Amino acid sequence: MNPAPLVALVGNPNAGKSALFNALTGARQKVGNYPGVTVERHAGRLALADGRPVELLDLPGTYSLDPSSPDEAVTRDVLLGKQAGERLPDAIVVVVDAANLDNHLRFTLQLIALGLPMVVALNMFDLAERDGLVLDPEALERELGVPVVPTVAVRRRGLDALKERLAEVISPGARTLREGHGVPHDITVLQRRARQIALAATVSETAVRRWTHRIDAVALHPVAGPVLLFGLMFVMFQAVFAWSEAPIGWIEGLMAWLGEQAGALIPAGWLHSLVVDGVIAGVGAVVVFLPQILILFAFILTLEASGYMVRAAFLMDRLMASVGLSGRAFIPLLSSFACAVPGIMATRTIADDKDRLTTILIAPLMTCSARWPVYTMVIGAFFPNRQVLPFVGLQGLVAFGLLITGILGALAAALILRRTVTRGATSGFMMEMPKYQWPQPRDLLLGLAQRAEVFLKRAGSIILVTTIVLWALLSFPKAPDGQSQVEYSIAGRIGSAIEVVVAPIGFNRDISLALLPAMSAREVAVAAIGTVYAIDDPEGDAGQETIREKLQSRWSLATALAFLVWFVFAPQCISTIAVTRRETNGWKWPAFMVGYLFALAYAGAGITYWTAVALGLG
Amino acid sequence: MNLPAPSRVPLNALPRMGAGVVASVDWHALTEPEARRLRELGLDEGVEVELLRPSGLMGGPVACRIGRMIVALRRHVAGAIHVAPTAG
Repeated sequence: MNPAPLVALVGNPNAGKSALFNALTGARQKVGNYPGVTVERHAGRLALADGRPVELLDLPGTYSLDPSSPDEAVTRDVLLGKQAGERLPDAIVVVVDAANLDNHLRFTLQLIALGLPMVVALNMFDLAERDGLVLDPEALERELGVPVVPTVAVRRRGLDALKERLAEVISPGARTLREGHGVPHDITVLQRRARQIALAATVSETAVRRWTHRIDAVALHPVAGPVLLFGLMFVMFQAVFAWSEAPIGWIEGLMAWLGEQAGALIPAGWLHSLVVDGVIAGVGAVVVFLPQILILFAFILTLEASGYMVRAAFLMDRLMASVGLSGRAFIPLLSSFACAVPGIMATRTIADDKDRLTTILIAPLMTCSARWPVYTMVIGAFFPNRQVLPFVGLQGLVAFGLLITGILGALAAALILRRTVTRGATSGFMMEMPKYQWPQPRDLLLGLAQRAEVFLKRAGSIILVTTIVLWALLSFPKAPDGQSQVEYSIAGRIGSAIEVVVAPIGFNRDISLALLPAMSAREVAVAAIGTVYAIDDPEGDAGQETIREKLQSRWSLATALAFLVWFVFAPQCISTIAVTRRETNGWKWPAFMVGYLFALAYAGAGITYWTAVALGLG
Repeated sequence: MNLPAPSRVPLNALPRMGAGVVASVDWHALTEPEARRLRELGLDEGVEVELLRPSGLMGGPVACRIGRMIVALRRHVAGAIHVAPTAG
């Protein structure tokens, strides 16, 4: 049987394309990757008016078939049938913003020239009317010569009509592109033609001062704007910790219950130890960050959907320009506070290669959520929870200091990289600022569900495997009586080798042992230190002495501080290294990134340790 | 090349909320990708523009309206766009 016809959804950025995609396919979506690039492939299923199923492909938004970034290149290649692993679409749906016809029709004209069957979705029709713009869709259809359907994706209006018109244009049989679809390459010619058509389709237009202008009067204000941005960031980071407390408790409860259930089922022995201490405890230690990651992403997705994110980039451009980047880099860097992996993937919207590479190289310096458990464990053990200023606790202040250290380190690194290895012409900053809109809960929930899925898959694969491997390395070979199991184990011997290198910066054997598994993901360090102390404690009095007390008795304050600074800089995350390799097409840049970050971590931790010892904190 | 008439000012020299019509664009002052993206954003002679947020003391980007779109531009790009201000 033939596969279902493939329909590509194409349009300018900010045309409401993803909202239309979500409205048409609902939860029947699949997020994958195009081979060779990390541009996400969003596909979904829908049934046409006549019942035929089609596969709908949501292509990255672009202004023309002349790409200026990797994600725009995917759109062009799919539409020209040149994308590896993708069929030439059987039809395209062009999404245009009804309130911005002049501009969006130019791309539509380019697409019409391809000769594929197509339907134009005249989207956000209601917003155009609210802006005082009365359009005649039939006139537009006559001018363009292709079907035009007014839609309001967020209110699910016009969807049935769209499916009907789509059913009419899709016919069985092979597709070919029109010969010489090169179209008039001169953008200006197309642009002027687009303006004529837009004028012909406009019934009347009254000037209305839009909401967007009123909000921008504050959001882009030289003083009020940065204050608002800082306030939003503050609320966001507060929420990540404050709102996650309860759900983290539930997950911990669930994991403890799972451990008990499994423990009761499996007889004592190595399998019991593997499942309960290894798998459930290890994976559980990571899954507890899901609430924090989701809260952070909820903020980021909301800021993006509302149109504010580009304003934040606007405000940050001056600062970013001073280190050789642009405001556009702010968006992936902000995502990196949740996790560097989606952050690095989000750099694909940056047009300039050197600019993009620099952003990738500094993204791991943003304090990702995997560092917080490490910070929390060590800060909790060594810094009393006392107020230093009204509303400011000492522990929070230390954590904030580590966050700022990471940001300053990233800015300094960008400054140096842009003058050395990623030297090049400074890229510009030119971005369309979309109209403000209310984020749609459905789009937000779909986005969060996709993030959660990606995170849980990671926890279920990489972290599961490393946890099992660490457990095995720590448990074998069995130490003879009177010898420490940890020291005798394979991991203990590897740890001793690492210890030689890290002893000068104040790291003891426990830390050396934790550094290796923490390469899989930073948060594993917490679980690893817990496992080391548990396996090293054959009497099993772990219940009496908490990890906090063990740390206090075995680590000096200088060691603790050095350990924290190490985690600010060290590239301890296999996923980040892997995504960097994929994004930069080779091992050169991930190798460089790992090298420079380890050097920074070693120097930073060393300076911290030696200074602390000199101050008598050793 | 014709010198811009005195009534033409660079976009970034318009007063805040000042509007005008693009008279000419100094495409040679821009890099090729900059020029292309600017065209893609709908900038062309005869298009109405408005300066919404000037560059400020620190020399940050400007926010302007090009046709029906709001666009962020670096100062040197806005400086290459010559505008005939509309009265009022």
